[in-house]
Amino acid sequence: MSALLSVRTLTAGYGGPPIIDGINLDVAEHEIAVIIGPNGAGKSTLLKSIFALTKIVSGEVLFEGREITRLKTAALVPLGISAVPQSKNVFPTLSVEENFDVGTYAAPPADRNAVLDKVLTLFPDLRDKLRQPAGELSGGQRQMVAMGRALMSEPKLLLLDEPTAGLSPAYLEKIFDLLLDIRKGGVTILMVEQNAKQALRIADTGHVLVNGQNFASGTGKALLEDETVRRSFLGGAA
Amino acid sequence: MNEIITFINLYLVPGLTIGSVYALGAVGISMIFGILRFAHFAHGDLMTIGGYGVLTAIWLIPVNPLLLLPFGIVLAIVAALAVDRFFYKPLRDLPTIYTVIASFGVALIFRSLAQLFWSSGNQVFQSGVRRPLVLFDTFRISALHAQVIVLTILIAIALHLFLTRSKTGRSMRAVSDDPELAAVAGLDTEKVVRWTWIIGAALAATAGVFAGMDTSMHPNLGWNLLLPMFAAAILGGIGKPMGAIAGGLIIGIAEETLTYTWFGPDPLIAPSYKSAVAFLIMVGLLIFRPQGLFKGRLL
Repeated sequence: MSALLSVRTLTAGYGGPPIIDGINLDVAEHEIAVIIGPNGAGKSTLLKSIFALTKIVSGEVLFEGREITRLKTAALVPLGISAVPQSKNVFPTLSVEENFDVGTYAAPPADRNAVLDKVLTLFPDLRDKLRQPAGELSGGQRQMVAMGRALMSEPKLLLLDEPTAGLSPAYLEKIFDLLLDIRKGGVTILMVEQNAKQALRIADTGHVLVNGQNFASGTGKALLEDETVRRSFLGGAA
Repeated sequence: MNEIITFINLYLVPGLTIGSVYALGAVGISMIFGILRFAHFAHGDLMTIGGYGVLTAIWLIPVNPLLLLPFGIVLAIVAALAVDRFFYKPLRDLPTIYTVIASFGVALIFRSLAQLFWSSGNQVFQSGVRRPLVLFDTFRISALHAQVIVLTILIAIALHLFLTRSKTGRSMRAVSDDPELAAVAGLDTEKVVRWTWIIGAALAATAGVFAGMDTSMHPNLGWNLLLPMFAAAILGGIGKPMGAIAGGLIIGIAEETLTYTWFGPDPLIAPSYKSAVAFLIMVGLLIFRPQGLFKGRLL
């Protein structure tokens, strides 16, 4: 089976020296793939590069076998890719419902109400907050609004940059459970995660990045059991 | 009783009228700051251009100038889109102070063009004595003031519906909230910028015509209104169009009603110091509440 997303020897940065250097990565359809690694490894930069938010020096990105390296972000959303940035990921003065609607503008779904209903089934807490400005919600609820906005365009691939950053342990569990639900709905997920151990437990595949380069890749289970990975990146004992 | 009526006829209604002019100008300033993130100093002169557009149309079609508003609006929109394309867009990726300075230059260009094409003197839209409307035998309101206030209310309602219900309006608010996230969501930011100019210029032209009809058209008309309009935009909270409308009305009313004989026979402040009111409000705001009444962005 060919990969939904393929990153081939991708080198990219922000104009200065490249932050990621020759990265290779494949994401199969319907899987949860996690990128882990120490701070400054280039995890977020890799995600942003796939979403055309960095300067790509060389290499290519393929989505469903089609090269998308030179496409602009606005052209990627209609192809079926959505992204949720790590912080500042909701429109604070827009209501929750307006945030969701903005998610449909670049790639209008056939039936907006049906998609909204699907999103609210995932995030039932938001159902009675639809009219509230998103900026007034708690951190965990804002993360749900952000993910909901990204899901409103019915993406095939969802890119998440540290979806649990700054959330309480209770919310962390909840977000990971939600990711499994989202995957069940047919969405492929590629995410960067600081909480590496928990993330690898729900992940089908994991990719370890160090200094902007591939360090290790494997199934989530294999990485969790790998002695080097465990010692260096997962805080010792499993 | 008589005093209340005098107050309404001679202070409150003129205050609402000039407030409407400020409000319509301030909406554009506020939206342009929210979305393009720079203080547009040519906005007053954009009003002037719109005013002259209608003045020219009236020479050809002598009807009520308000019916010819579309001519001024179109002229101002074309002017705004042209200066954005040729003066502001090339500077978009630089620090915004470059665009602010460029807008000063554009202001001078607009004013000089107005002098060149329409002369530097005062010109009136309609000559002759106009009788005020008399309501309930007591209120004497000029027809123009009534029209200005009603039209401004209608525009404010339409603007509110546009910003909250339409796809373009919501996209504008999204870009104003967070341009980077708007790009991540795949919104067409250039389209949003275009609409910001179209709406800002249309309202500026309308305000310019209102101001020119209330007094007379001259090339400095808009430039002279810039300070109170900026004060109104800050008062309402930068990036909050409806706040700018409220801010404009508040400053207009404050300017006029502070010249009322509140205590004793003399005006509280002499009418010639009226324009200092907006200035004082702006200074006070920047010191004590820079986010404005409706929690706008900090300058």
